[in-house]
Amino acid sequence: MRCAYAAAVIRAQGLGKRFGEKRVLRGVDLELDRGGFLVVTGPNGSGKTTLLRICAGLALPSDGELRCSAGRAEIGYLGHEPLVYRELSALENLDLYGRLYRVPERRERIGMLLERFGLWPVRHDRVASYSRGMTQRLALCRVLLHDPALLVLDEPYTALDAAGAELLDTQLAELHGERTCLVSTHDPARVAPLQTAALGLAA
Amino acid sequence: MRYLGDVAALARKDLLLELRARDTLPAMLLFVVATFVVFHFALPASPSRLAASGLLWVAILFTALLGLGRAFVPEREQRVLDGLVLAPCDRSAIWLAKSLATLAFLVAAELVAVPVYALFFHPVSGATVFGVALADLGICAVGTFLGAMAVATRARDLLLPLLFLPLAIPIVVGGVGASIVSAPGRYLGFLALYDVLFAVVCWATFEYVVAE
Repeated sequence: MRCAYAAAVIRAQGLGKRFGEKRVLRGVDLELDRGGFLVVTGPNGSGKTTLLRICAGLALPSDGELRCSAGRAEIGYLGHEPLVYRELSALENLDLYGRLYRVPERRERIGMLLERFGLWPVRHDRVASYSRGMTQRLALCRVLLHDPALLVLDEPYTALDAAGAELLDTQLAELHGERTCLVSTHDPARVAPLQTAALGLAA
Repeated sequence: MRYLGDVAALARKDLLLELRARDTLPAMLLFVVATFVVFHFALPASPSRLAASGLLWVAILFTALLGLGRAFVPEREQRVLDGLVLAPCDRSAIWLAKSLATLAFLVAAELVAVPVYALFFHPVSGATVFGVALADLGICAVGTFLGAMAVATRARDLLLPLLFLPLAIPIVVGGVGASIVSAPGRYLGFLALYDVLFAVVCWATFEYVVAE
């Protein structure tokens, strides 16, 4: 999926998705430039998650065309699930992903992220013992571990407490303009200062 | 080398998960020992060598099935497969690592099961041990591949045996043959050919199993 347009990281035309007879996404057009911050909003069932999964390469569209210049190594995807093993510790989970993504200076990077997201003291504990908010923080560490060029974040503020949400605000603000972000949220006001484009999906 | 590094990282993760959860290996050990104990009392005092060999191979196959059914359980229950699929490594590394981890569990179960079989039924020949080793490779290669296919469906507990057992018939034929004939080379060669053929097919096509 190489992009024909140098500036656009993601370009989609007439994107649609069906699961059997059920159509969950219809005729979506979007263009996300390098360094842009696209906010996707819409009610439950409008297809936000499906759209983000398609953009991340986890699902194929049923209709339309999608061009994405970011390869798998350049995408950081946060879904509804944290995508970490509950029987492993935070350190073991991030070490596994660090190896698979070939993160340079892996241990230092993991340590820095765990410290930043307040998980360093519990780094050896199994994820099963974490609260939902701590697990979401770990999921954010996983997403940022390989310093991806394209961040695809599906409702990233879910389960975060006020401190966690502020941490994420700070992180997104730091990356603003340098990384391309595609974010779905039910609270668009929270990311409004960073937003460069918006896409509203109807149910 | 990077490919092998990915396989090692993924296999290590599977072994670590089993070490923590202890879901698979104890179940496999209990099952295979219980099977031999039950048949020890159910069969006549001195069953024929052919019947006893058949029992060994059936026990190995169903013990393996137990392990294969659990191979992708952590990925399914914790929905981690998306994370592995998104990683920029060759997706066949997921299959190879899972196969190696399942092979480790199966071999560990057999280290107990084969002596128990020898105690209850007949002594085990070198050809049988070699046949079991070759069969393990094929069982884990094919079973892991089918396990990944089945895990994406609602009828996964039914689908895996339905797909796996017909494909495992050549393993039973080769294994029983190697256990009872005086010149087992032909049967061992057959098992090796099965391993190579199915390992190549599974390795080359696994990408399509985990991608939508």
